[in-house]
Amino acid sequence: MSTPSLPVDDERLTSTGWLTRTLRRPALGSLVGAIVVFVLFAITDSTSKHLWLSSTGFAAWSQQAAFFGIMAVPVGMLMIGGEFDLSTGGMTGFTAIITALLVGQLGWNAWAAIVVTVLFAALIGFINGYVVTRSRLPSFIVTLATYFALRGLSIGGVLLVNHGSTEIGVGTGTHPGLDSAKAIFGSSFLKSPDLPNGFQTAILWFVVVTIIAVWVLGRTTFGNWVFAVGGDLDAARNVGVPVNRTKIALFMSTSIAASLVGIISFTQSSNAVSEQGVGYEFYYIIAAVVGGCLLTGGYGSVVGAALGACIIGMAFQGVIYSGWDSSWDFTFLGIILFLAVGTNTVIYRRAMKARR
Amino acid sequence: MTDNSPLLEVREISKYFGSVNALQKISLSVNAGEVTCVLGDNGAGKSTLIKILSGVFSPDVGQFLVDGAEVRFTSPRDARNAGISTVYQDLAMVPLMSIWRNFFLGSEPTKGWGPFRRFDVAKAKALTSKELLAMGIDVRDPDQAVGTLSGGERQSVAIARAIHFGARLLILDEPTSALGVKQAGVVLRRIAQAREMGLGVIFITHNPHHAYPVGDRFVVLNRGQSLGNFSKQEISREDLVRLMAGGAELEALSHELERPLPDNPIAEAQENA
Repeated sequence: MSTPSLPVDDERLTSTGWLTRTLRRPALGSLVGAIVVFVLFAITDSTSKHLWLSSTGFAAWSQQAAFFGIMAVPVGMLMIGGEFDLSTGGMTGFTAIITALLVGQLGWNAWAAIVVTVLFAALIGFINGYVVTRSRLPSFIVTLATYFALRGLSIGGVLLVNHGSTEIGVGTGTHPGLDSAKAIFGSSFLKSPDLPNGFQTAILWFVVVTIIAVWVLGRTTFGNWVFAVGGDLDAARNVGVPVNRTKIALFMSTSIAASLVGIISFTQSSNAVSEQGVGYEFYYIIAAVVGGCLLTGGYGSVVGAALGACIIGMAFQGVIYSGWDSSWDFTFLGIILFLAVGTNTVIYRRAMKARR
Repeated sequence: MTDNSPLLEVREISKYFGSVNALQKISLSVNAGEVTCVLGDNGAGKSTLIKILSGVFSPDVGQFLVDGAEVRFTSPRDARNAGISTVYQDLAMVPLMSIWRNFFLGSEPTKGWGPFRRFDVAKAKALTSKELLAMGIDVRDPDQAVGTLSGGERQSVAIARAIHFGARLLILDEPTSALGVKQAGVVLRRIAQAREMGLGVIFITHNPHHAYPVGDRFVVLNRGQSLGNFSKQEISREDLVRLMAGGAELEALSHELERPLPDNPIAEAQENA
């Protein structure tokens, strides 16, 4: 051959073998983690009927996972976009309170209350995103401020309108639309003699949110922009990606997801408590990180975040079934987080290594 | 507009920043299928010139012609619409993203309608592979992250992208400066390919050894002024190197840096003199 030829086809085959392809999946670490945690609790399960492997056990951890997952998925997307949202936990409680106030105190139709709650959440998300993109302050700080503002409003505001009580219920009497809203957001399905309470509707919402997020991130133009703004903001701007709009949309999606959690929890119990959701923002971030989302942005997976939420749900329920004190949840989560970050870093470095 | 007018031509353009003369009466032209090299040391005015050519700045004085007609760009978008595409040093690529995602970033092909309008992933992957192959770039796998590519490969992808999006004229900002010898060779080959495809190329560099083999015309800048505008027949590689380094300055420097070899009578004699 007269021209210097490039490496032959053999090298091409080995360099994109199934192992590399698999290792390149950011969700791999969390999948392995979820399996390990599941097997671990199957072994340590000390309930008399071995509930962990029954539908009761599955329903118990998956409904916890759903509440974490509905948030972890958009929070993971936001992290891929290079930002944090610390106001998410507070938002879930705050939105539940808004719905409860509108329905319980003002006697609104439940659907109207839900629409207003979602719009309000979208507005908060917009403000978060707008302030972050305009001020160029770290989103960590901006959303921390939002978190405290919302938390104060939740507690102080509720005490004010509710004459000293931190709980807002709907009381007695009829509430138009509440039954149908409950059926969509706060009921259960697949009830059976073995499982009289069935599975919570929240689990379906979790699945729906995950599917939408997978599609948006992987298959839409917007998804491409999310990776770009998190990976290299200047490069994204140079090729004409609307970076501010992308980030604002991400902040709005986490807030709207938070309102979904708020609405689900309100319709389940017909009341809202002002301290609800406080501190949960860290679980969402843990789930996303366990799922392979880089803290620095630009890389990650929403399937991974969803699996991370499953791990947290399993941890909470598994500790109970194992007969351990529930304080060990936190230690357990700490260890999981540490292991996951370690594993993900190794996988990530391997995937990013130039194969030449 | 006539057929033989250059793709792009600037005549005696100057640019001032306050009291600083960033560029003074610079002229250059590039024809389709030709490479014009702009050489200059740091601070020679190369960056200012690129910014004018790519529409970031307007020249304060002088004419700017595209296809023989005078134009006035007010934004990089104007330049891009005229088919002038600038490949910057930072490449405007996201290292963590795959090649095909990067290739179409900001101009993604879509299919479907309304809320189901989506990124046409299959088309993007196929087009990326096709365009890269057309440039003779073997990216084993378009799913590979750009960060795992070598510097030369990255430049190649950036050039292929500019060509795909309708560039008639490529402005390459120091594409070889951060690269090793072999990788720089890869990029020079791309430049030659773009030239063969009938594109005009403005190749900005401070390395005359990279410029000379691919260049058809050479413009040498020094402290905002043009030291000359030569066709390849008019200047040898050695002259270009000397011009570039400021002639006498380089000779003085090499004299200063030279070390007498031990047991060398001539050197000893020079030293004692």
